[in-house]
Amino acid sequence: MASAVADEIIAIIARQAMLDPSEVRLDMTLDELGFDSLVLVEALFAIEEKFDVSVPYNANEPDEADFDISSVGAVIAGVEALVAAKA
Amino acid sequence: MGRVVITGAGSINPLGASVAETWAAMQAGRCAIGPMTFQDSERLSVQIGAQVQGFAPEDHLTRAELGFADRFAQFALASARQAVAEAGLAFEGDLAARSGVVIGTAGGGLTTSDEAYRAVYAEGKNRVHPFTVPRLMHNAAASLVGMAFGLQGPSFSVSTACASSNHAMGLAFQMVRSGAAPVMLAGGAEAMLCFGGIKAWEGLRVMSADGCRPFSADRNGLVQGEGAAVFVFEEYEHARARGAAMLAEVVGFSMGADAADMVMPSVEGAARAMAGALSDAGLAPEAVGYINAHGTATAANDRTECAAVRKVFGAHADRLMISSTKSMHGHLIGATGAVELLACLMALGEGVIAPTAGYRVPDPDCALDVVPNEARAARVDVVLSNAFAFGGLNAVLALARV
Repeated sequence: MASAVADEIIAIIARQAMLDPSEVRLDMTLDELGFDSLVLVEALFAIEEKFDVSVPYNANEPDEADFDISSVGAVIAGVEALVAAKA
Repeated sequence: MGRVVITGAGSINPLGASVAETWAAMQAGRCAIGPMTFQDSERLSVQIGAQVQGFAPEDHLTRAELGFADRFAQFALASARQAVAEAGLAFEGDLAARSGVVIGTAGGGLTTSDEAYRAVYAEGKNRVHPFTVPRLMHNAAASLVGMAFGLQGPSFSVSTACASSNHAMGLAFQMVRSGAAPVMLAGGAEAMLCFGGIKAWEGLRVMSADGCRPFSADRNGLVQGEGAAVFVFEEYEHARARGAAMLAEVVGFSMGADAADMVMPSVEGAARAMAGALSDAGLAPEAVGYINAHGTATAANDRTECAAVRKVFGAHADRLMISSTKSMHGHLIGATGAVELLACLMALGEGVIAPTAGYRVPDPDCALDVVPNEARAARVDVVLSNAFAFGGLNAVLALARV
């Protein structure tokens, strides 16, 4: 079952992608969702505000290992780890 | 139409407090980027920048000027004084009545705004300094410079983000060329290295945490700097008649808009601006020996800019030199084109090409002669200076040896 964190993140991603949350799958890439770099930056801002965490992501190095954005599931796992680290 | 020459230059920037110091640093490939320190800077995730060190405003400004001058205007005034002293101009009578000043800045008096907001929001005060408005307004630098020399002609500020100073200098060039003014002081000034100024940039996630490496495959973003440079743009016959030394001739300018995206640059738009500057100058692409790149060290800019150079110059792209001095002085945002024009003057007048410092790994998307890490002696006759701003606004200047 999806965690509360996952539901919140899917809601944020769905809002940025202009989709219904039910249309967002964990295996979807951000490309498939139609995210460009600015939409991603806005989504990360919304996530940071929601969970009071800092997401280490530099738009110049999207493939750097600091934070995995390869899929919706990867983003959720990354944020869950940040939230857990804060607790 | 008249010809336009530069007869004086002045600058306060992270590399030095004069043109000579700046040139020496550029020739040495010295990098002025380091840890930033100012109020609340410990709360920033970006910890590096190119600050102007050791600048004592009271050494450059009168007491009356100090009251009205934010840090960006202080840099502009000090730079303008150097430039006018070098030009040896005395502004009086008709010359003073018709000459003016145009200064580009993206943020204007940001430190003033930052301090005033801190006072009323964070500290709960109900009063800010009475000169907050005249200090923070974007035209403060232009006005203070004009007042210092009694310039009563066309005077204004230009604000187009990272292209502000190229737009300012381009307009000055057009005004002198058209006869609207015999002399224009033009350049740019920026002092964005304050808490609010950098905090705003952090959000875009385009800043580097560890250095500015334009065109290098391991580049990871821009680093900000601060400072100013101001130049004397003078009508050629006017300069010749008084026996003035000429640092360079300004021969072309082009500005345009991508009309496409707020932050992503366009190959097409950048190429049109470069080609437009050459066309305005009546020069073939093959005449160009050096391009001072916009070269921000973001993934997007450097790739796009190199593709645009290939598009405009074809096979000649492999023969010309292109470097980004932001690798040494950082990105001065609204002042960046002005400080970078110093590298153009050095190329034309001193025969030395400023390097791209911090270069480590070749990038196939930026496979041009970027003059990596070491300055190079070379005779060039024509140079371009590129500026491509957020908002998709592009401005390119062409200069030639007199």
